[in-house]
Amino acid sequence: MEQTLLIIVGAPLVASIIAGLLGKQIGRAVTHSLTTASIAVACALSVQVLLGLLDGAPVFDGPVYTWLVSDGIRMEVGFLVDRLSALMMVVVTFISLMVHIYTIGYMRDDPGYTRFFSYISLFTFAMLMLVMSNNLMQLFFGWEAVGVVSYLLIGFWYTKPTAIFANMKAFLVNRVGDFGFLLGIAGLVHLTGSLHYSEIFAQAGTIAGSTFELIPGHAWQAATVICIALFIGAMGKSAQMPLHVWLPDSMEGPTPISALIHAATMVTAGIFMVARMSPLFELSETALSFVLVIGATTALFMGFLGIVNNDIKRVVAYSTLSQLGYMTADLGVSAYAGSIFHLMTHAFFKALLFLAAGSVIIAMHHEQDMRKMGGLRKYMPITYATALIGSLALIGFPGFAGFFSKDAVIEAVHASHLPGATYAYWCLLIGVFVTAFYSFRLVFMTFHGEERMDHHTREHLHESPWVVTLPLILLAIPSVVIGWPGIGPLLFGDYFQGAIVVAPAHDVLGHLGREYHGPAAFVLHGFTGPAVWLAAAGVLAAWFLYLKRPALAAVLRERAGGLYTLLENKYYFDWFNEKVIAAGSRKLGMALWKGGDVAVIDGVAVNGSARLVAWVAQTARGLQSGYLYHYAFATIIGLSVLLAWLLWRS
Amino acid sequence: MADTQLLLGLSFVLFALGLVGVMVRRNALVMLMCMELMLNAVILALVTFSLETATLSGAVLVFLIFVVAAAEIAIAIPIVLLLSRQRSSLDVEGYDRLQG
Repeated sequence: MEQTLLIIVGAPLVASIIAGLLGKQIGRAVTHSLTTASIAVACALSVQVLLGLLDGAPVFDGPVYTWLVSDGIRMEVGFLVDRLSALMMVVVTFISLMVHIYTIGYMRDDPGYTRFFSYISLFTFAMLMLVMSNNLMQLFFGWEAVGVVSYLLIGFWYTKPTAIFANMKAFLVNRVGDFGFLLGIAGLVHLTGSLHYSEIFAQAGTIAGSTFELIPGHAWQAATVICIALFIGAMGKSAQMPLHVWLPDSMEGPTPISALIHAATMVTAGIFMVARMSPLFELSETALSFVLVIGATTALFMGFLGIVNNDIKRVVAYSTLSQLGYMTADLGVSAYAGSIFHLMTHAFFKALLFLAAGSVIIAMHHEQDMRKMGGLRKYMPITYATALIGSLALIGFPGFAGFFSKDAVIEAVHASHLPGATYAYWCLLIGVFVTAFYSFRLVFMTFHGEERMDHHTREHLHESPWVVTLPLILLAIPSVVIGWPGIGPLLFGDYFQGAIVVAPAHDVLGHLGREYHGPAAFVLHGFTGPAVWLAAAGVLAAWFLYLKRPALAAVLRERAGGLYTLLENKYYFDWFNEKVIAAGSRKLGMALWKGGDVAVIDGVAVNGSARLVAWVAQTARGLQSGYLYHYAFATIIGLSVLLAWLLWRS
Repeated sequence: MADTQLLLGLSFVLFALGLVGVMVRRNALVMLMCMELMLNAVILALVTFSLETATLSGAVLVFLIFVVAAAEIAIAIPIVLLLSRQRSSLDVEGYDRLQG
């Protein structure tokens, strides 16, 4: 078992190192074969591990290497492979494999071809380390490593100033989240003296009984403080409001990484982490409420932004934000299994949508503005079909993967009695309409309607090569069918037994499970709820505004001037960050430089001591008159004083 | 007894002469001689006490002071000689080049 796991994480790492250091020597074909093969091996072994676990193989939880032991705290590289991490491993390696294949076509003409393969393999390694970890230190290592690779890949085209700005932004915003995450880890180590999941969870009772006095006189429940701190880390990585600002800008990177990192895997690390920490989150209803409200707010308000954007990738990015909000809200009502289920289905259809968008972008010669597209359906049938499947799965068309997971999310939030659950339920419900609207706005603007591209582009329009369309087709299949076999065991069965802990009082999925009678009944039941009809209304509205009466959209934009400006400026989050936080930091830095560095350290400490020495010397040189009799006099006086003192003392 | 007092009185007078000489005279050579005078006053006092207490340590110390005095003169005289060559004067008022 240990050997298998080492190969799963080791193969992408080795391939990445070889591709990164020797890429130029071994050539493009060898590089992409090597890295893709390494991911394929990891993927096959992950599937084997998952199947083994389903057959009843024991959960692997153990160290493979002890890095150091300090004050009784062991820092180790270790793996915990239960059904939760095995599922994540399969999702990560499968999407990564698809993206590797896709990249062969997408990056064909790029001078950084081998570098790109090295990065995405390295990313796969880091992400696997994150999900397979059995302790917080390795989790943090993976957490930061995926952040670094994300930084490198957003700024992949490093000559582009916007890309450099975007990767810096992603890095800085994630620092804020990581700070909270580190505080959470530190709190856990402080209380339990261990970094290992199993040891920490075993002491859940101790944590529940402890309090922190952050402000003297106000004792706070330790579990609440720790869980909120950990969740702030998740907010950074999973782009929840108000730390979401980096994700839309990360679209400056090449499209394959938008699919792999910024849709399917890395951004779901926060969701995974909270699910992994479920025994702790169950201790604090306050923290759960916080998670729920943040998630629901993100789900609705980021969806609105998708409506006004015209960049094909950014629309998908806002949709990702919104869907991450759904997962987070589901975590908030303790439906961790529902979150992971939605994470999995989302990984498939969102990667599919991004890759389809990438396919369109190749055909359009790197034009991303949807206003210059239209009518691509007849030029790119495979891309159109797969994008349509992805969109249907995203809006929750009955029977598609997204339907099962999203409907379960909404039902779970509806069934919850946590403070904020009603607000969250309405946010998510309206979010369904918004999701359907922007998804089909994208489909209609890109693939239907009149052809708005220029003559030259139209002549060169053609379907992408097979390396691009194959991953699209392979991703489209699970986007359609994965819900049918998945929903029963994942949501209402005992698949996550032992991996996820839910307190009986919070068990909304168990409550829903009593009315669950198989996937077909679930689909039929969906028609009685509002979500399906809202999604249909969204599609109809998009069809009416963008196909039937395209002029109406402009009129609406005129009418809702203020609201449109608000959305256009993304609720002024960027404005606030740049004008208040960044400018304030710069002012603070300037003040510290002028006040602290120049005035105090340089002025008082460094130059001040030099001036003091000079002043003492200037004063003391007056004593040196140069006259012999002055010195003789001083000697005699000194001698007399010394003698007098000796006599007086005795 | 009277001898002792007389000798100690002489020693005091000699020391006072030397001290005043060092402080008031401006001739480098005279100042040196006054210093020797003070040393001799001390030697006289030591010898007197040695006689009075019938011990030898005072007399022994005298030899040490002779050695010190000889060494001092051996250094001081050449200094004064060189200074007087530079300035062609023995007046210490003129020797102010050590002023800070």
